[in-house]
Amino acid sequence: MRDEVLRRVRAAVATLVLAGLLVAPWVVDDYTAAILARTLALGLVGVSVALLTGVAGMPTLGQTAPYAAGAYASAVLGSQVSDVGVVQVAVAALAGATLAAVTLPLVVPARGVIVLMITLAIGELVVTVLGRWRSVTGGTDGLAGIAGVRPFWGLPVLATDQARYLYTLVVVATLVGAVLLLLRTRAGVLLRAGRDDEMRLRASGHRVPLYLSGAHVAAGAIAGAAGSLLVVAQQYISPADFGFDTSALLLLGVVIGGTASVGGALVGAALVIAVRDWLFGVLPGHAPLVLGALFVATVYLLPTGVTRARRPRPVPAPRPPDVAPTRDRDATPELRV
Amino acid sequence: MIAVAAGPNRIDPYVIPALDGVAYGLLVFVAAAGLVFCFGVANILNLAHGMLYAIGGYTAAAVLDGSWASLALALGVGVLAAAAAGVLLAGLLTPVATGNHLTQALLTFGVALAGGSLLVAGFGPDDPQVLVPAALDGSVQVAGHRYAAYRLVFIVVATALAAGLYLTVRRTRAGMLVRAAVDDPEMVACLGVSPTRIRVGVLAAGGALAGAAGVLGAPIIGPGADTADTVLLLSLVVVVLGGLGSMVGTLLAALAIGEIQTLGVALLPSAAPFLLFAAMAAVLAVRARGLALRWAAT
Repeated sequence: MRDEVLRRVRAAVATLVLAGLLVAPWVVDDYTAAILARTLALGLVGVSVALLTGVAGMPTLGQTAPYAAGAYASAVLGSQVSDVGVVQVAVAALAGATLAAVTLPLVVPARGVIVLMITLAIGELVVTVLGRWRSVTGGTDGLAGIAGVRPFWGLPVLATDQARYLYTLVVVATLVGAVLLLLRTRAGVLLRAGRDDEMRLRASGHRVPLYLSGAHVAAGAIAGAAGSLLVVAQQYISPADFGFDTSALLLLGVVIGGTASVGGALVGAALVIAVRDWLFGVLPGHAPLVLGALFVATVYLLPTGVTRARRPRPVPAPRPPDVAPTRDRDATPELRV
Repeated sequence: MIAVAAGPNRIDPYVIPALDGVAYGLLVFVAAAGLVFCFGVANILNLAHGMLYAIGGYTAAAVLDGSWASLALALGVGVLAAAAAGVLLAGLLTPVATGNHLTQALLTFGVALAGGSLLVAGFGPDDPQVLVPAALDGSVQVAGHRYAAYRLVFIVVATALAAGLYLTVRRTRAGMLVRAAVDDPEMVACLGVSPTRIRVGVLAAGGALAGAAGVLGAPIIGPGADTADTVLLLSLVVVVLGGLGSMVGTLLAALAIGEIQTLGVALLPSAAPFLLFAAMAAVLAVRARGLALRWAAT
């Protein structure tokens, strides 16, 4: 009953948000269009989080790392190579994928909450590096005055916020469409199977770590491409764009959208980021307090959102208040050293 | 001067950073021990751990006025406040299904966000000054160098704290229950010990450790807007490097991080931003097989 209501609410909200995103550039002012473009880029990072968290079963708090790598690659390298948006997106995706590939040995052997922990550490370390590597990243001051891009060879440079928003929208739509198509193929089925029962899939001769590596690199590439879009939308980047807060907000958005749903992740992440931006506008100084309260409230309102999306529970067994903590054997590390 | 520099003085400039590294490492150890407890025993990834440290730090900044009594008061208040925050977290986490790490992480992050905002609202946005007891304010001679007396005393106190922690976990009944709960929570529940009580106790103990680290370490990693993030990151890296369940591993990892952050930066200033990353990658690469075996789904 409750699930049914939740599903309908999600579908209705998703339809509304997507329709809003389409008509937005003709309705809102320049400033809002710029904010919306940034929100879309973050929504695309949310899609990569959903790909890892919901589809592959590796909950991540570190997708800001490839996102940052893509953004800085796009701003530092991409602008020297070419001012064509497609090229910059490709450079950024390559940078994100490379970072994801480098961190593979840290992430892929781990499962469950350990992934959460390691990815969080990776994300924070990347932000630290960005803040200190002044010669390339400009340190905590960030990089400003990034040149505008032209979407494709022969097209004019994107000069207005509306144009930049539409460019972001088209790229996001293309990439999300590609992810959705990819998940319909055998690759998507194998990833979901590995999430649901890794041992069984391994026993039937599949190399689950290989699939997980593929998913991790792909998610890195998507997040990297989103970084390039952020550069276009904002024309300014600093380490503050890639903080731990952003990762947690994206994870919250993905959970609200239903972890395994790619479209839901896009809408959920966009909603959460929009709420954050709105809160910081109307409540300067107290926004984190309200935001934290919203986190807690959301967790209580969606108490089963996560588990249901990750593994179907046939019968909700009545749980006496004092039973032992039923540990997720496959998600819990062995604690001996 | 230059003639002498060839002798034992070649390592001389690095004595002080190395000693600083020990102080830093012990501080990180005490802070990270709380996180290890929460994670290892109660199976909770507590993203609000840095905030618990910040509670201790702000208490120290507010209470300390240069006298010994104020230090004792700050320690008492800081530890109690952080432990109370830990109990509050345990209460908030009660309705969340155990083992649902994603939800736990989101909930504790929300608490960290709100708590951090409250701390800044209560104590002001500027990094406050911390006054250590007047007797420790000066410096002492160590191997021919001047070194802050407070840090030297801190090394002694933190070593005592670490030893006390080890003995508590190894020798007392509470410690035995904690270790048993790591191994087999169902069996501990069968023995008649309420898992809820263990969880509340562990979160309170983790909070108390973070609070103690926050008060005592306020002159080293001072309270401020970034403190919570810094401490959480350092603690997480310690947990990743040191593994879970072994206090010796945690201690070694914490000391290594302390040395990297001080001695490493003094030796290789240009590579400083990457040192933590490199250390994590190196240790994990060396231990990759072991880790893979330990962390693999079994």
